[in-house]
Amino acid sequence: MRETLMQWEFVYAAYALGAGCTAALIAHSWLAMRRAEKRRDQVRGK
Amino acid sequence: MHRFANPARFLKIARWLTPVLLIAGIAIAGPALVWGLLYAPADWLQGETVRILYLHVPAAWLGMMGWSGIAVASFTEIVWRHPLAGIAARAMAVPGAVFSALCLATGSLWGRPAWGTWWVWDGRLTSMLVLLFLYFGYIALARAAEEAGGGGANGGSGRVAAVFGLVGAVNIPIIHYSVIWWHTLHQPPSLTPAMLAGAKSPMAPAFLWPLMASALGFSCIFGAVVLMRMRAILADAQAEARLRRKALNVSAGQDGPE
Repeated sequence: MRETLMQWEFVYAAYALGAGCTAALIAHSWLAMRRAEKRRDQVRGK
Repeated sequence: MHRFANPARFLKIARWLTPVLLIAGIAIAGPALVWGLLYAPADWLQGETVRILYLHVPAAWLGMMGWSGIAVASFTEIVWRHPLAGIAARAMAVPGAVFSALCLATGSLWGRPAWGTWWVWDGRLTSMLVLLFLYFGYIALARAAEEAGGGGANGGSGRVAAVFGLVGAVNIPIIHYSVIWWHTLHQPPSLTPAMLAGAKSPMAPAFLWPLMASALGFSCIFGAVVLMRMRAILADAQAEARLRRKALNVSAGQDGPE
């Protein structure tokens, strides 16, 4: 089978996907939290 | 449990716990993945593709743990009306869906060289796909409840979403036992609850240790993401409540005697 010769490509693709999705999840959650807490503090300050 | 129902007390804990979990998660998961990628041995049968294990299994585990968490939080919300339970359930939905999708994608990337196919409709893969669709359904229901104002004053998930979260938990044992109940292409579980009681894993230590380290690291990241999302939902709910109070005060002032 052709895939037996290119196993590392599948491994790299899986790791890139995993690292990318996890980094995107962390960044999205962090930014959403910072934005929401900033808005709350602004509303409190008004 | 109700000690932690107070949002102020929760925030006090979450403010220091979020960065601790995030830094610990990255510090453990990063080296664990490098360990799995570069230093763990290749499998005699599957070759190098076995390295996908160190991502695939933690992703599957967290996809299932995410829904188990939603079910427990939904039960707590329905029975004890715990104000933070609905928020916790909502906060677990997106990371749970991401890890379920990641499990399916990495499984597909593993399946192509190992089985010769990207996808097969067997019990494990199909029940995992059902879990991903359950997550989509839960996210849609919780968002609809929030937009309709049925999510509670504190940003909870709403009663319909909570019942859905509870009923959907029936899929978790189906996923776990699918490889035992039905003969499938997917291998039997390598990590079982019996291991907690001292039973030996069928997996060799050279594979098991980087897998455990990766699972621990990703679990910490999952916890940090859930805390971040809980803080975001709580802050949004607090801002909305304050804006509503101000609007009411303004309209009461306008309607009052001059």
